Amino acid sequence: MSEMYVSGQSGIGRLIQALAERGHRVIGPVVRNEALVYDEIKGVEDLPKGWTDLQEPGRYRLEQRGDEKLFGYVVGSASWKQFLNPPETVLWSGTLSPEGFRTDPLPEPPKYAFFGVRPCEVAAMQVLDNVYGSDNGTPSMGMRTATRELTFIVAVNCVEPGGNCFCVSMDTGPTANSGFDISITEIAHNGNMRYLIESGSEAGTEILDEIVGLEEPTDAEIAAQESSLAEAAANMGRTLDVEGLPELLKGNARNPRWDSIADRCLACANCTMVCPTCFCNTIDDNLSLDGKHATRTRKWDSCFTLGFSYMHGRPMREGVGARYRQWITHKLATWVDQFDELGCVGCGRCITWCPVGIDITQEAAAIRRADLRDTPIGIGGLA
Amino acid sequence: MATLIEPVVIDQMTPIPFKVRTVREELSHTFTLELEPPDGEFHFEPGQFTMVYAFGIGEVPISISSSASEKSSLQQTIRRTGAVTHALGTVIPGRHHVGIRGPYGTPWPMKQARGRDLLIIGGGIGLAPLRPAIYHALENRDDYERVVVLYGTRTPDDILFETELRRWGDRDDITTLITVDAADRGWYGAVGVVTRLIGRVGFDPSNTTAMVCGPEIMMTVTAERLMEGYAMAPENIYVTMERNMKCGIGVCGHCQFGEKFICVDGAVFPYTEVGHLFDIKGV
Repeated sequence: MSEMYVSGQSGIGRLIQALAERGHRVIGPVVRNEALVYDEIKGVEDLPKGWTDLQEPGRYRLEQRGDEKLFGYVVGSASWKQFLNPPETVLWSGTLSPEGFRTDPLPEPPKYAFFGVRPCEVAAMQVLDNVYGSDNGTPSMGMRTATRELTFIVAVNCVEPGGNCFCVSMDTGPTANSGFDISITEIAHNGNMRYLIESGSEAGTEILDEIVGLEEPTDAEIAAQESSLAEAAANMGRTLDVEGLPELLKGNARNPRWDSIADRCLACANCTMVCPTCFCNTIDDNLSLDGKHATRTRKWDSCFTLGFSYMHGRPMREGVGARYRQWITHKLATWVDQFDELGCVGCGRCITWCPVGIDITQEAAAIRRADLRDTPIGIGGLA
Repeated sequence: MATLIEPVVIDQMTPIPFKVRTVREELSHTFTLELEPPDGEFHFEPGQFTMVYAFGIGEVPISISSSASEKSSLQQTIRRTGAVTHALGTVIPGRHHVGIRGPYGTPWPMKQARGRDLLIIGGGIGLAPLRPAIYHALENRDDYERVVVLYGTRTPDDILFETELRRWGDRDDITTLITVDAADRGWYGAVGVVTRLIGRVGFDPSNTTAMVCGPEIMMTVTAERLMEGYAMAPENIYVTMERNMKCGIGVCGHCQFGEKFICVDGAVFPYTEVGHLFDIKGV
């Protein structure tokens, strides 16, 4: 374990300052339009002091906590993928030329610092690194890799999980173990807000060395941190039994449960938009009026839309049940075949933002209860 | 943060302009573009595809239909089905360019099939991705035992590459049979589904590699016939899949088929890898 520091809220402010001085665009949690969103922050005063977000299936409310906590919320309504893999990015643009067409130079990748990344969200970034990285022989698309390399990550461990959280089941939290430059744990100690700060990289150590006023934590503070994190791990809102899950889902492609989900699912695609690991996208084409300049824009897409699987005049996944099955089976089963890990990190957003409160943990459990692998209907599933 | 691969700014998503040499109308809705690689050569293996881009209109996955040994040009056989394919059909030879990315995907198992009978079965425009395999077999004729091409299409007016099929039909080192679903009175050939041709040709099922391309239902029925009627092992039957891919490099998610990304794990698959997925609706 690297050296550990402790500070009050002023130290947090100095850290934000130091990141900005190093040329990072610092993004952190802010309260806006009655939701907790990630956007640019200038200082500690932009953080959601005293706010929390109540998350239940299909329900989200901001409430005042009645304390001074900066990180007393669960998780941002939309994930960090909006910055690393934006909803719309110009892939390339070009102008007609005698040799066909010439491509225009692309803008420089932005240099972000993400402040307040939850452990499940750090894990989600690593999951997407495997999708966009070289592991499966698929090189980067657009600017994500370049942006990702420049990004400084300040993780904030979770001491108060939300109602839809299940990071313990997915082994991604509530403590971040890798993938960050600095990690912070917020504890209330003797009536004061204290921030235990650790470095996770050389860049993290370098910046912490520069910040004035950081102290060495007392044994009592370290003990308080440990007990808070242990308590968080024991207080997950939900659980997901991952034992044998890939085989279970692949073997139940014909389970009638999918039809029952189809009766509730609106195919609105909310779950895929808020999911920090959903990576499906499409490409839009634009042509200038004179026909000489073309732009290709990559946009988020969703396997829940009818158009997603459209080919030769008809959709390949016509039923909503088939689309939900594709989504959950990819997250919790075929992702393992593709990338050697599960595609879900347990952040709970898909449950919160589902307008009808469909719960991924409950649906997986329902399939487990109605496992049809040993019946005639189960023969010849996806497995 | 994070140790990653080298930053890729201008990446594999940017197509390279290829000059259009010729446009040949094949059938009423199908044409072949012959393209000129800008640096003189284009390397690919039979069965691979490219992403073909019409400037400002869009990009579509199209399999390569020319011989892999002919490196100075590239042919792509395209059916007009949507905005991009219609736009590609309006290019002017010698003047216009189309964008190309690739080649992508897995090839037909030409190496593994050496010393074996080749049973090449195509349906409709599915003959296009098979043509490079047929060319390869004929250019390396001694590498293979019997070479059989069975082709089924809707009507006598829908026979793709008909001149070539007839020419192969006249050779004695390759067997070529054609059938149509529905015929008029001018047709003297076979009528019926392509699987009905299998019983009319000689091949050794225990030493045959089958390569099948056509609509999914045709590939399923053909593979089942070869397994049940001829005891062929599923690992010796290859099919090629199609989806509306946007990237071709495994990151857009559109071509997921079970645990496969058709663009990087296929599009050519041994039947053992995808056969179980064919009879599940909406995979």
